[in-house]
Amino acid sequence: MHMATVLTINGETKSFDAPPEMPLLWVLRDVLGMTGTKFGCGIAQCGACTVHVDGKAVRSCVLPVSAVANRAITTIEHVGSTPAGAKVQKAWLDAEVIQCGYCQSGQIMAAAALLAATPSPDDSDIDAAMAGNICRCGTYVRIREAIKQAASGRQS
Amino acid sequence: MIADKTLPDVSRRSLLTGGLATGFLLAFHLPLRAAVNEPEQPRDTTDGKFAPNAFIRIEDTGRTVLIMPQVEMGQGIYTSISMILAEELDADWAKVAVLHAPPNDQLYANPAFGLQATGGSTSIRAWWKPLRAAGASARAMLVQAAATQWQVEPASCTASKGEVMHAASGRKLGYGELALAAQAKTPPKDVPLKDPKDFVIIGQPLKRLDTPDKVNGKAVYGIDAILPGMKIAAIANCPVFGGKVGKVDDSAAVKIPGVRKVVVLEDTVAVIGDHMWAAKKGLDALKIEWNEGPNAKLSTNDIWQHLRAASAKDGVVAKSVGDIVKGLASGDRFEASFELPFLAHASMEPINATVHVRPDVCEIWTGTQIMTRVQSEAAKAAGLPVDKVIVNQHLLGGGFGRKLEPDMVVAAVKIAKQVDYPVKVIWTREEDIQHDVYRPVYRDQVTASLVDGKVAAWKYKVAGSAVLARWLPPAFQKGIDIDAVDAAVDAPYDFANFHVEYVRAEPPAVPTGFWRGVGPNNNVFAVECAMDELARKAGKDPVEFRRSMLTKNPRMLAVLNLAAEKSGWGQPLPPRVGRGVCVQPSFASFLATVVEAEIDDIGEIVLRRITSVVDTGIAVNPDTVKAQIEGGLVFGLTAALYGEITIEKGRVQQSNFHDYRMMRINEMPKIEVIVVKSGEAPGGIGEAGVNAGPPALRNAIYAATGVALRRLPIDRKLLAAGKKA
Amino acid sequence: MSGKMRILTGIVVIAIVVAALGVWFIRGPGPLDFAGGPKVALAEYRAGKPTGVPAKLEKVGMVERGEYLAKAADCMVCHSKPGEKDYSGGLGFKLPFGTLYSTNITPDKDTGIGNYSDQDFLNAVQRGKRHDGARLYPAMPYTSYTYMTDEDVLAVKAYLFSLPAVRAKPPENTLAFPFNQRWAMIVWSAVFNPDTRFAPDTSKSPEWNRGAYLVEALAHCGECHTPRNIGFALDNRKKFAGAITAGWRAFNISSDKATGLGNWRDEDLISYLSLGHAPGHGSASGPMGEAVDHSFSQFAPEDISSIVAYLRSVPPQPSPDLPATTAPVAPASHKDGVTADARGKKMFASACASCHGWSGESPVSPMATLTGTWAVNDPAATNVAQIVLSGTKRHTPDGALSMPAFGNAYSDDEIAAVANYVTARFGTKGSKLTAKDVAELREQTAE
Ligand code: FES
Ligand code: FES
Repeated sequence: MHMATVLTINGETKSFDAPPEMPLLWVLRDVLGMTGTKFGCGIAQCGACTVHVDGKAVRSCVLPVSAVANRAITTIEHVGSTPAGAKVQKAWLDAEVIQCGYCQSGQIMAAAALLAATPSPDDSDIDAAMAGNICRCGTYVRIREAIKQAASGRQS
Repeated sequence: MIADKTLPDVSRRSLLTGGLATGFLLAFHLPLRAAVNEPEQPRDTTDGKFAPNAFIRIEDTGRTVLIMPQVEMGQGIYTSISMILAEELDADWAKVAVLHAPPNDQLYANPAFGLQATGGSTSIRAWWKPLRAAGASARAMLVQAAATQWQVEPASCTASKGEVMHAASGRKLGYGELALAAQAKTPPKDVPLKDPKDFVIIGQPLKRLDTPDKVNGKAVYGIDAILPGMKIAAIANCPVFGGKVGKVDDSAAVKIPGVRKVVVLEDTVAVIGDHMWAAKKGLDALKIEWNEGPNAKLSTNDIWQHLRAASAKDGVVAKSVGDIVKGLASGDRFEASFELPFLAHASMEPINATVHVRPDVCEIWTGTQIMTRVQSEAAKAAGLPVDKVIVNQHLLGGGFGRKLEPDMVVAAVKIAKQVDYPVKVIWTREEDIQHDVYRPVYRDQVTASLVDGKVAAWKYKVAGSAVLARWLPPAFQKGIDIDAVDAAVDAPYDFANFHVEYVRAEPPAVPTGFWRGVGPNNNVFAVECAMDELARKAGKDPVEFRRSMLTKNPRMLAVLNLAAEKSGWGQPLPPRVGRGVCVQPSFASFLATVVEAEIDDIGEIVLRRITSVVDTGIAVNPDTVKAQIEGGLVFGLTAALYGEITIEKGRVQQSNFHDYRMMRINEMPKIEVIVVKSGEAPGGIGEAGVNAGPPALRNAIYAATGVALRRLPIDRKLLAAGKKA
Repeated sequence: MSGKMRILTGIVVIAIVVAALGVWFIRGPGPLDFAGGPKVALAEYRAGKPTGVPAKLEKVGMVERGEYLAKAADCMVCHSKPGEKDYSGGLGFKLPFGTLYSTNITPDKDTGIGNYSDQDFLNAVQRGKRHDGARLYPAMPYTSYTYMTDEDVLAVKAYLFSLPAVRAKPPENTLAFPFNQRWAMIVWSAVFNPDTRFAPDTSKSPEWNRGAYLVEALAHCGECHTPRNIGFALDNRKKFAGAITAGWRAFNISSDKATGLGNWRDEDLISYLSLGHAPGHGSASGPMGEAVDHSFSQFAPEDISSIVAYLRSVPPQPSPDLPATTAPVAPASHKDGVTADARGKKMFASACASCHGWSGESPVSPMATLTGTWAVNDPAATNVAQIVLSGTKRHTPDGALSMPAFGNAYSDDEIAAVANYVTARFGTKGSKLTAKDVAELREQTAE
């Protein structure tokens, strides 16, 4: 049937059967049972499915699994082990960003990638990195605040 | 292809609850059989817990598990309810954990509805007293238990932070140590509640209980449910409202690797696969012929014509004060109609339900705002008695009213009935948007007269769906949908002649339901837009104009004054920048909001600043109140800026976030929310912000451009520079 | 003959000569005239078989051969409306003077071509003449199909007649006067349809001749890629220099090194034709995306190679409005490189950056990479605006790849702004589209 695919996810090697064009999102959620990464739109318009591929924020709902063999994938379950991810998670709790939380895996992944690349982002950097992530609960003001807190190490 | 082997040593339950590893329990299933379907307040002594009532379980370790009658969909209710219970219980906040309640109207019905439903910004208002009483009574039993042990008067004991103390002797006992003994005590009647000035938990901006698991992917929403042997289904509903499945050719679909079964229902086709990808590909490969039925030609235009015709008729009188005919006969007359479009909910978590139908029991995993209705409707669909349906509640990735409907669960039960394994039915975003139960179209007409610069007569007529008549028939009395006219009969102003009518007008074929902000959405918009136009007609400043008619409404007046001050109302602004104000008493909260916006030369809107002042009575968790106003504003402003579902050929034309737009972070202004201190009973807060955004923005546009918009969403074409009002 | 008559006759003769010269001039060279070598009738050509199907299909039945040829001629895309049955017609072509609807070419006797004899079918495909004698509009590329052999045309017919008959009447055309006068097409056809079959060029290789047949007779590349003259016929003086069709720009596919295919490697061309994507050159979308999905991707590899060989021989035609080279990858940070146009940048951040990246190199799929594509290097931004408006859906061996259509929820101003931002950031020169331009593009887009 399909070829066995081998991925490196959160530092672990995972091997499974899946068609090569299957988006990483469904591999994570439905094959590997890692449900922290969310499905929101399936067309790269909401950001709920954001993961890191080699440290960069990528939408897993449109990312064929064949494109990420041999590349390091990090998901929300593990982002706390990166310095930027840990800072972001802490700031998110300090600023009490989250409401329903469904978009927040993606928001946190996007913010962590932003901070890893741009340790002191200004408003325009935040807009550029985060505008692809929709939050239906409307937590945007706090997301902005939390990113700044995470960058400065300041507490609310 | 849920590979059990990839998750070798994780138990089914911890997968579902997700939270066990961190010690914070959000169980999928209340582990107290006694609490399920028991008419009496359960007393659970089987495992050494103190279970004084349906809401509190104290374990011998002192861990205090609170059972949540309302569902968590982002509004922070688990934390707020816990704070209310913990306050009167004098619990140790650090030891509090929460559990989803099972479906049980006897125990957990929302007092506002008589039904276990979360909506209408009722949770705190309805549960404020019952939960305080539950906490206080449990505390009294714990105190009694300690007093008995120490052989002292209960009145000589005090409780605090999960301990009972006897000051005279310096003795202390933790609630855990008292649990077993307290269980033997009789719950007292009429325990006194605390004086609000003694609150130590209520009123504090405590951190939410549900968020730690939401930053690391551990939180489990309905869509995350995983069961052994589970398969995933994707569905296609008939694209035309009311249409049915005709012929289905599944020859190509069944050949796709991973596709297990194609299920054809009356108006839905489902493909079950090993994973969502196989299911979706299978769905794409189906050739479906639909019987489009009688609505194949329906368009939004038809619906508007229908609604306008209905709104021309006289309605049922919902409230009348003074003499409206005489009132309108004199003074300067004003007349305007305001129209609001269909809206989808588009919660971030797409619609889903997981169901396992076995011969004798139907088990459901989902996040719903209406647990018992899900249970009873699922029972009908499964052909089982209600007590054979188990509903495992989950966190909701947004609800906004969509999940006050059980349709997705019913459809999932019908699909699951055809197989013997559990099926998780996931709607794609396209299905979610095109098969919603929409916020109705509304048409609100205002006729008013001005005498001496004040409104002397105010006639208001709402035409639109009666969602209540369908959803809660007993609440629909004498032809009046009290939701649709909620903030119309409650207009905060002092109008001597005041008259409100309602015309029930159901849009053909399109299902309508509650949408965050519910009825007040249409009323607050129309009232506040009309007030701005009347102010201009009277030659007065909009804030000043409102003030002059709020003299009998001190709470409203106070928040308006503070909002005006904090927003810099009256200070000069550059050209094409305006401030707009909205005041509203909805959900028993008093909210004044000022939006400052710039309308650029092509009519694009740039939000510059939002100031909201709220008096919600006692703010159980002031930070949650702020967050709800912030989020509500975004929700409402998104609708004002972009929201409209349109129909052509019986089909919804929008499908996903590229054509059903959402506000994004790069459109956000600064939001300042001020929560005023108040000793009044708490009001509702989950929806008030939603109502405030659209009229405040519309009035800002009015101030900046002179264009009096009467419809939403905002039509930018009317706002380009040079266009005259 | 009186003197007056003589003068009159003289004037008439002169008028005829001028008209003939005018027609000759306007008509210009034929599509294969550039090659210049001696031509022979097909029957006399011995070096190879430029017509028909590839060798591996030689032995199969007529229906199957017809299927290959129908795909090569890309009949389906124009004769099918999305959501309706294949070949049942009804697809609208918006022209400046009204809308034309494609016909039902299933074998239904009432609404399709079920009553067509072989000769009827040949007349329609090679001569633009309908069963009832009425003339077809040249939206049907019969001036290209005219080069097909009778045998190949009839194989296509056999294939179409093997399909289920679908009862479906396309809507009436909505052409304004004088374009609604079908008879005028008799004149047009007399002038512009050579009504001649393919004749191989003996100075060229058999592969070239096969390519010529595929490109000119079947795939009718010139219909989109060759500019039109004032008679609305192909102007082969500018063969394959690129043109605007249905609101999309078909780029230069002559051998011009800078703006044509001159610098494309063979493997790039092969990949572009068979997969709709070539690294560094972007992806086919719009009408070319459809052509790849439904037609080129079905071609036998040797046929693709023949097409490449033929295309290489088409003389260079410059596209002076395009830059000599495409722009390199943009900087990774939104702050570097082009930053102008706040409105365009805002939309790009919201709706586009997730797939296309700030650098133009897609983090998701090479097919979504903007860098190096003509679309973003075209200072007119036609295709950029068009794809933002109407999206694209491509079927590739790796599954469907699509971009949603933003036209319904974003304003003309926003779409103009994002197109201007994208061309400035990822191309050589930013476009200056206005909302009005975008509104016009919306009008031109086929349904
Ligand atoms: S699910 Fe991937 S971006 Fe929305
Ligand atoms: S927190 Fe609910 S969608 Fe963002």
